Amino acid sequence: MKAVPKPTPDTQPFWDGTAAGELRIQRCRTCERRYFYPRPSCPHCGSGAVEWVRASGRASLYSYVINHRPAPGFEEGGPYAIAVVELEEGVRMMTNIVNTEITPENLPLDLALKVVFERRGDVHVPLFEPAGGAA
Amino acid sequence: MSTEGIVIAGAAETDEVGRLPQHSTLSLHLEAARNALADAGMTKDDIDGIATVGTPGPIQVAHALGITPSWLDGTGVGGSSFLFHVRHAAAAIRAGLCTTVLITHGESGRSRVGAGRFGLGADSLMGQFELPYGVVGPPSTFTLTALRYMKETGLTHEQLAEVAVAQRRWAHLNPRAMYRDLITVDDVLASRLVAYPFHLLECCLVTDGGGALVVTSRERSRRDPVHLLGAGEAMDAPMISQMEDFTTSKGFRLSGEAAFAEAGISHDDVDHLMVYDAFAHVPIYGLEDLGFVKRGEAGAFIAEGHTSPGGRLPLNTNGGGLSYTHTGMYGMFAIQEAVRQLRGEAAAQVPGVEVSVVLGNGGMFASAATLVLANRLP
Repeated sequence: MKAVPKPTPDTQPFWDGTAAGELRIQRCRTCERRYFYPRPSCPHCGSGAVEWVRASGRASLYSYVINHRPAPGFEEGGPYAIAVVELEEGVRMMTNIVNTEITPENLPLDLALKVVFERRGDVHVPLFEPAGGAA
Repeated sequence: MSTEGIVIAGAAETDEVGRLPQHSTLSLHLEAARNALADAGMTKDDIDGIATVGTPGPIQVAHALGITPSWLDGTGVGGSSFLFHVRHAAAAIRAGLCTTVLITHGESGRSRVGAGRFGLGADSLMGQFELPYGVVGPPSTFTLTALRYMKETGLTHEQLAEVAVAQRRWAHLNPRAMYRDLITVDDVLASRLVAYPFHLLECCLVTDGGGALVVTSRERSRRDPVHLLGAGEAMDAPMISQMEDFTTSKGFRLSGEAAFAEAGISHDDVDHLMVYDAFAHVPIYGLEDLGFVKRGEAGAFIAEGHTSPGGRLPLNTNGGGLSYTHTGMYGMFAIQEAVRQLRGEAAAQVPGVEVSVVLGNGGMFASAATLVLANRLP
């Protein structure tokens, strides 16, 4: 079975967001910059005055591998893309690319993507698919 | 100069490296420690400082050896930790906290006898933001940067494969290397895909072994010392997904700049180079981020043979993590090979090595440290 993330108080708003169909990142109220991964301190200016904001869910494909040695729960469906995507808001996160054929030819870098959510136990995990729809 | 007057006065690996299921993790530390002390012409009673990474950690290693240190360092930042330990030991010795430091590495990476357990909790940051995506250790994470680098610089799949080919040429000359048969680019590209774009022969080995160093002041050294001319340490991000720029390692750049500046050397002074090579792209980043070649040039530089036997910048001359050995925290072996080259004792000895640079990586580009070593003072 695929790994299920376990929220902490720092990350709970992120996972509450995915359960509600929203991708949330943090924004510093002092310097107004956005960041990810969740933490209660702005990495740019050091302020503790940070808030959660909804990201658009639009992203581009920054880099990836096609993994041929599956992790538990990933045995079905063949090699899969472990990717890092850059959100429209400028932050990056790891994810899987789904709803498209996983081949190098089909996954050019900078491909436009949009977020989808997959239920995993009690948590919804953000995945990304090509913005142009399934190939 | 935080390193002035500091030397590596003893250095040795375990009797064997490779598949050692009869050795526990602790016994690998102890065998390496005994070998390094013998190499230094010292006994355990000369040692008053200890540095190592857990498992099993400095207390266990010192206690098992019967050493009562007045200085301990358990810095554990991945495979580069031993380079950090050398730098920290130099500072501690110069500060008068101790006089002679033993740095040990032992890892049952392949056989996992008495080894630490892998695995992060589901509530860790990696457990929440990387593991759910089916990552399976370094082969599916450390490798993530390569396609972006290839797109930005034009590095080809064949050039990536050439890294493994070049290092196998060195391993071919080293009887201790796990894999010694010469290989071609076609062999590399025909080996099975592990995580596209990486094939099996572009991924490091997983082995058992260890190594140890004795670091002290020049006056206390009892043999031809290897001088520590400069050192630097740095970091990037704790998770590969958060690395600042997938086409260059901030840790490599910053630690290299610090070490070169402290040593007061230029690239032309460097006769020999070790770059931690967990995967074939890492030496490419190392050559560029240390400034030996310009951005985007490292692939061609390696493919043209400049890092191979007879080339002008001999690189990873033991065969590296790709062909010699890789216990998990390979940095110790990179230092060991630099010491051997500087002493003229390497299996694939490069003529006239006077200055060697060692670049260590920890985690997935997470930490980095650089040492400038020499067999003469400038």
